Amino acid sequence: MAKEKASKQKKMNARVDFTPMVDMIMLLVTFFMLCTTLLKPQTMEIAMPSDKEDINEEQRSQIAESKAITILVDEGRTVYYFKGKPTDDNLEKSAFGKDGIRAVLMDANAEAVKKVQALKEKYQKKMSSNLGEELKLKEQYKEELDEIRDGDDTPNVIIKISEKAVYKDQIDILDEMQICNIGKYVIDNFKPEDKAKIDAKFGGK
Amino acid sequence: MTPMSDVMVLLLTFFMLTATFVKEEPIQVQTPGSVSEIKIPEKNLLTIFVQSVAGVGEEGATGKVFMTMDNESNLSALLDKMEESGALSGLTPEQKRAFAAAPTFGFPLNQMKTWLSPENEGKRSELLHLESAGIPCDSTNDELKVWVQAARDACGSDMRIAIKADATTPYAIIKKVMDSLRSIHENRYNLITNLKGADD
Repeated sequence: MAKEKASKQKKMNARVDFTPMVDMIMLLVTFFMLCTTLLKPQTMEIAMPSDKEDINEEQRSQIAESKAITILVDEGRTVYYFKGKPTDDNLEKSAFGKDGIRAVLMDANAEAVKKVQALKEKYQKKMSSNLGEELKLKEQYKEELDEIRDGDDTPNVIIKISEKAVYKDQIDILDEMQICNIGKYVIDNFKPEDKAKIDAKFGGK
Repeated sequence: MTPMSDVMVLLLTFFMLTATFVKEEPIQVQTPGSVSEIKIPEKNLLTIFVQSVAGVGEEGATGKVFMTMDNESNLSALLDKMEESGALSGLTPEQKRAFAAAPTFGFPLNQMKTWLSPENEGKRSELLHLESAGIPCDSTNDELKVWVQAARDACGSDMRIAIKADATTPYAIIKKVMDSLRSIHENRYNLITNLKGADD
């Protein structure tokens, strides 16, 4: 009798079936994995001289000869550079990368590079766990960095890129400016005279 | 089962919070690497895509230019400005809606109407692969200038301009775009790159 009563009352199963939920979540995860990007593209900020304040011959001569470096980027990832006033005999061949143009620029900008190194060390020590303070420090660091980069003893670089070069060359050369802590650079037009100069010295192609 | 679903839910939340959706882009580009670590701004961004048509180093290599903005309201504001300045006119509300919904645009102004017409619904992105597509950006016919100027008027001085181009794009084409930006005194812009180390 008692046995019968017990069987009449339905036993409730306390466990909930999770399978459909997991299925759905799996689907959603796959969807998000396939349809989204995690990595945001980096960017490079660039400021070109405006039309109004275009560098004309007069201003060009204002740049101290001892500090001016002109970099010519030609097709096929070849780089030429010369220091000081553009005369024929000091044009030199270089290349992209660590041992090429970077060594030249690092050498020309040695003082600023040293200063930046010192600045980096100084801020490394100051590192704070406080988020607000950390942000402030970063801001300060950036300001001081900019000051060094635009300092009086840094070289003025004129970059001339041939129309036959590719976009990557431009980015690479601008990169070198950043690596070498050069704040004062300008992108100028690559003129036929520049090409002629390269041809005269290196035979050209 | 429970631990697995826990992990799954965690993963899902992670993806939902960190991810940004892939935007449909007219061209596949391999951006060059750079040491620059600045992130691209998320809001109020005008992206200019540059695609090279002919091979590297060829004489007279031509490029196609496309544009996009980050959200629909900016796009419609841009279109309104274009109408105001008289560069584009006589668009129906339907065409305007189509413009705001398009992920990218890039047609000469005189072909814009056809591109936005209802019969092209659903195949607008495909049409961008046509030979006649692309915003003209020559010294004789510089429509890019008109577009960028209108975008600047529509979105204010906070708007950033970014150029996205493949690493192998001839510099001549990039230069044309830069010259055109220069002629309207847009001297600050971003170049979109990938991250890489300083040594390679």
